[in-house]
Amino acid sequence: MAQAAVGTVSNLQSREPGPEVLEKVDKVIEAYRGKEGALIPVLHEVQQIAGYLPRCVLRRIARGLAVPESEVYGVVTFYSLFTMTPAGRHKIGVCMGTACYVKGAAALLEAVRSASGAGADGISHDGRFSLEVTRCVGACGLAPVLSVDGEIYSRVEPEAVPAILERYP
Amino acid sequence: MERVRLLIDGQPVEVEPGATILEAARRIGIDIPTLCHHPALGGGGACRVCVCEVEGAKTLVAACVCPASDGMVVWTHSKAVRDARRMVVELILAAHPQDCLACARSDTCELRRLAARLNAGPARFRREKAVPAVDASNPSLVRDPSKCILCGRCVKVCRDVQGVAAIGYAHRGIEAAVGPAYGDPLAYTRCVFCGQCAAVCPVGAIVVKDDTDRVFEALSDPAKHVVVQVAPAVRAALGEEFGLPAGTDVTREMVGALKRLGFDAVFDTQFSADLTIVEEGHEFIERLKSGERLPLITSCSPGWINYMENFHPELAAHVSSCKSPQQMMGAVIKTYYARQAGIDPETIVSVSVMPCTAKKFEAQRPEMNSSGYRDVDVVLTTRELAAMLRQAGIDLSGAPQADFDSPLGESTGAGEIFGVTGGVMEAALRSVSFALAGEPLEELEVRPVRGFEGLREAEIEIAGRPVRVAVAHGLSNAEELLRRIQRGEREYHFVEVMACPGGCIGGGGQPLSKDPEIRQKRASVLYRGDRAKRQRMAHDNPAVRRLYEEFLGQPGSPLAHRLLHTTYCQKLSPAAAS
Amino acid sequence: MRGKGRVLVCAGAGCISSGCQRLAEALRQRIEEAGLDGQFDVVETGCVGSCDLGPVVVVESDGTFYARVKPEDAPDIVTRHLVWGRPVERLLHTPEAGGKSAAKMDEIGFFRAQTRVVLRNCGAMDPRNIDEYIARRGYEALAKALTAMTPAEVVEAVKASGLRGRGGAGFPTGVKWELAARAEGTPKYVVCNADEGDPGAFMDRSVLEGDPHSVIEAMILAGYAIGASQGFVYVRAEYPLAVERLGYAIGQARERGFLGRNILGSGFDFDLEIRVGAGAFVCGEETALIASIEGKRGMPRPRPPFPAQAGLWGKPTLINNVETFANIAPIILNGPRWFRSIGTERSPGTKVFALAGKINHTGLVEVPMGTSLRQIIYEVGGGIPGGKKFKAAQTGGPSGGCIPAEYLDVPMEYDSLVSLGAMMGSGGLIVMDEDTCMVDVAKFFLQFTQDESCGTCVPCREGTKAMLDILERITRGEGEEDDLALLESLAETIKKTSLCGLGQTAPNPVLSTLRYFRDEYEAHVREKRCPAGVCKGLAPYVIHLDKCRGCGRCVKVCPAEAIYPVELPKAAGDEERARRRLPLYAIDPSKCIKCGACAAECRLGAISR
Repeated sequence: MAQAAVGTVSNLQSREPGPEVLEKVDKVIEAYRGKEGALIPVLHEVQQIAGYLPRCVLRRIARGLAVPESEVYGVVTFYSLFTMTPAGRHKIGVCMGTACYVKGAAALLEAVRSASGAGADGISHDGRFSLEVTRCVGACGLAPVLSVDGEIYSRVEPEAVPAILERYP
Repeated sequence: MERVRLLIDGQPVEVEPGATILEAARRIGIDIPTLCHHPALGGGGACRVCVCEVEGAKTLVAACVCPASDGMVVWTHSKAVRDARRMVVELILAAHPQDCLACARSDTCELRRLAARLNAGPARFRREKAVPAVDASNPSLVRDPSKCILCGRCVKVCRDVQGVAAIGYAHRGIEAAVGPAYGDPLAYTRCVFCGQCAAVCPVGAIVVKDDTDRVFEALSDPAKHVVVQVAPAVRAALGEEFGLPAGTDVTREMVGALKRLGFDAVFDTQFSADLTIVEEGHEFIERLKSGERLPLITSCSPGWINYMENFHPELAAHVSSCKSPQQMMGAVIKTYYARQAGIDPETIVSVSVMPCTAKKFEAQRPEMNSSGYRDVDVVLTTRELAAMLRQAGIDLSGAPQADFDSPLGESTGAGEIFGVTGGVMEAALRSVSFALAGEPLEELEVRPVRGFEGLREAEIEIAGRPVRVAVAHGLSNAEELLRRIQRGEREYHFVEVMACPGGCIGGGGQPLSKDPEIRQKRASVLYRGDRAKRQRMAHDNPAVRRLYEEFLGQPGSPLAHRLLHTTYCQKLSPAAAS
Repeated sequence: MRGKGRVLVCAGAGCISSGCQRLAEALRQRIEEAGLDGQFDVVETGCVGSCDLGPVVVVESDGTFYARVKPEDAPDIVTRHLVWGRPVERLLHTPEAGGKSAAKMDEIGFFRAQTRVVLRNCGAMDPRNIDEYIARRGYEALAKALTAMTPAEVVEAVKASGLRGRGGAGFPTGVKWELAARAEGTPKYVVCNADEGDPGAFMDRSVLEGDPHSVIEAMILAGYAIGASQGFVYVRAEYPLAVERLGYAIGQARERGFLGRNILGSGFDFDLEIRVGAGAFVCGEETALIASIEGKRGMPRPRPPFPAQAGLWGKPTLINNVETFANIAPIILNGPRWFRSIGTERSPGTKVFALAGKINHTGLVEVPMGTSLRQIIYEVGGGIPGGKKFKAAQTGGPSGGCIPAEYLDVPMEYDSLVSLGAMMGSGGLIVMDEDTCMVDVAKFFLQFTQDESCGTCVPCREGTKAMLDILERITRGEGEEDDLALLESLAETIKKTSLCGLGQTAPNPVLSTLRYFRDEYEAHVREKRCPAGVCKGLAPYVIHLDKCRGCGRCVKVCPAEAIYPVELPKAAGDEERARRRLPLYAIDPSKCIKCGACAAECRLGAISR
């Protein structure tokens, strides 16, 4: 357990945004400076670049767009797609839309949780997966639905989960 | 536009368009209960305690935000309304700590009063929540997020009125919280410690740090010589804490009560306000002559100084190097007074009573020790003084009346009006104009800088030259003024900034009030006091003159500089530094 | 190019998930190999609607419909059908087991009963090709309005059509347009609400992916009608394909002069910008959506003022959802009277439903307003799989309610649904059979709204949580007699006092299940029993006789004396019986209080739920 935790820490450190990432971040901020309602589009683009939204990056955005830091933090924590923790290498999404729920998404989620080793924060100890419960992805006809790195797996039985995850080292 | 006519509980009422149902009801003496609404901040529509029945509406309507409309029929306490309000309060109580008996706001808690008034609770359910740690990271304010009911008043006052936004909403739904970014303690933010949040918090979620026990301890220590100074705004408001009508001057009762509490000497911060004017006036005249570093910006509001350091460090050179009256008094007490009275400054405990929470922060700044000791040891707010008096069983109206002690108890009308927005400017103009023209202003009361407009400006003719001045109170207004100056839209010689709306009389440590006219009422005490004074120009203060003659030498002398002036830098928050 | 035959491959998100892109590639390659590329085009279309049958191929010339086609099937389709002209029997769709397979789209119940106005182009054209849209009368309504109608006439046409907002509450669209047109203040804005958040509804996504120009055209028309020159489409981030296709379409429309300055030489300017949401259901509420476009937390604000008076950046703002906008061009083109000829008097036009849950054909269907629930479920949807019994249909998502079997014949339109305690909502229609526990369903929806509450107002923030806590207790078997009354009283307060629509409708799923399935709640509370066998906390404890050795320890610890001795089943055989000398045990479910003491005591693991 202790070892795993150490692994996570080094994992996080290795993902601290480097100078080239910060340079890109500054470019995004520059492109939106002075535009009304820029904060959310900037956060989207920056998260795309940095993988997540660490404190230092949020501070940069706050300064760059002249928005109070408390407001930037408020926006980041309001919307569920923004994250301040680095994600795993592969992003797993289990749809919890009504159609998927009625067709057994809860059992599917359990299976994914145990097969991926995702912890309470949704990230597996080895940093391989981050697991998210998603809102309806609109693939209700294929319920229950599981997505890994954007690829959608339809009508997934819990037993099939380990085999699916094996494709993502 | 046409006036709006409606029926509230069967009573006809007429209001101007745009007035809310709440306002309309109050117009005819119906007091709809509220919680998130505050007269200075408007309605939030968040707590839903003020809901009323409006005929034809599908849901109940929040009176604090819903505009009255023509022909509306409103019922403010039908069964549906009463049931809904009770349930809403019950829901708030279900998630609120139950330690009311030990809460700093026990007596003044709006939620507790509301529950009693609506006969609501106890809650039939309980929501356990993860309790974040109490934030006591700074000398001024204590935040206990577990008590927060998310009414949003503090966020509004911090973001909209003060433009600081040290705290905001975070997360959402049941996790929603109010606080600094990243859940940091306030000390790590750009908070200026003005305490306006604590002044509008309806519950005990943000309170002023309680230093009363430190003072009680000092008072009971026979080895200590405990002196106290009291700011002008305190006497204009303290009476409210003891049931006197707002606007009652309780100066002599207050001094009597302080003596009864056991202070060895009771001094008047108005003395050092006069002293400030002499020093700052000297500084202003120097700058006016050289034309450098204009406008000169006042420095007596520690909330404003924090704001300047956190948001506008580039303006530091413009801000007067004078310490605030509190700190000047502190330095004088432990030097001049100690020598005069033959007391070892080591044994002096210097207490101040202030309308202000930022003064607590100011007093413990490391550089505020030019006397060789802490200039001021303990800062109490008006509310804390009231609490001490209550604890000691001293009723203000029953206390023997008394006068401030000499020599630091003498003051002029100029020092008196320091406590209200525009007052420092007016006091300075009186003395500066005398110094430059050799005679008093034609009209000592400088009307154009008085009033409660957020931003005021005036051009005063002094010794044949126009002097352009501006006054701002409330930091959003200050920000606007600075922006105009920095954009080059306006040029001023002298600018007064007070962090709190209304100036010190509206400080974060003043008695809690939801009276929309409260600041005007308190100001009237100070303006009356000014008019009643024998001297109305600071430099006429005989005790101040003696201080220079016997101790400091000239205004601006090296000793005056060492004791009464300070420097600024970015020293507060890592947030501002990085 | 026009003369070419077209092979349509559905490229809706569902079919993409099912691998339609590889299929389309295989078809193209095969056609080229067969030398038919001069005669046939493979067109990737928007969603056809029959998601469970995907990937879907339609040969346009004769309407042949192939279901669940794999890339390996490409040679057969090309050689047999395109070359020889004979349908590939094995790929035809068989509506129900043992039934006759239907060759043509219009022979299939799923399509036959539909009337497609909103989805007119979905599945019939390449959404990335503006020419195809124009060929299907696209931008004709815009041309007509700009050349032959005043803005007021456009508003009047929408008003006269009786079109009601398809996003949920059914507010008359024309009235909204009129308010925005009359409002004082400039600039004005047009906003398309594409934050389709109701779980189980995906028609807006389908329209944006399959027919983006229909939304763009309608927004330009709205801009012309109210005097706005800037529009925003607020799309949820969960729909990347929709964002991509809409962005592409906006680019095309700009190139062709439908967007930008001086549109079609009329002197009217209008442009569009996409704003992507970030995962907050409440942003479907219009004032929250506005806050979100402004870059703030999506916290709703009190109305009035309404967005039409003071919306985006305090300016008059018209907000309609995707499906509403998709109706506009046909209304302008064919006239309000045509529109009113479809649907019912008070709810004219069609409605798109997203069929999901325990139903044979899941997918998107568009039917005239007023079509009965029975028709939708049985004629269009093909009934319930596995011969199970219909229990209820859930409409309106987390804001809606359940319709039980006795109301199967209810006409599906705004007002009749409201009177049943349900709601049209955005058109999610989840079918539930006898295996569904209605308390669990109510809990599911409440969990959703509770998660998505913005946290501003007390009743929604605290009230939904209090209700959820009670429901969780009930489904764990810890329900108390007073709980149902408390639930109702909480629900009433939340409905009446919440700040926005999210809170005001959040209790609906609980209220409607309490109304129609109270006996199920009572079974949970009084008998500690889940009739559908869904709630795990209420499942009975069972002794597995194959593991039991008859030690009797469980009997001693059972506080309810619910465990009694039984005979070994006959099937066990004489030998087994002889081997055992001790009696075996079983649990009487009516006495069991589910304390779990027996399971904890048993060393053989013979007792479980």
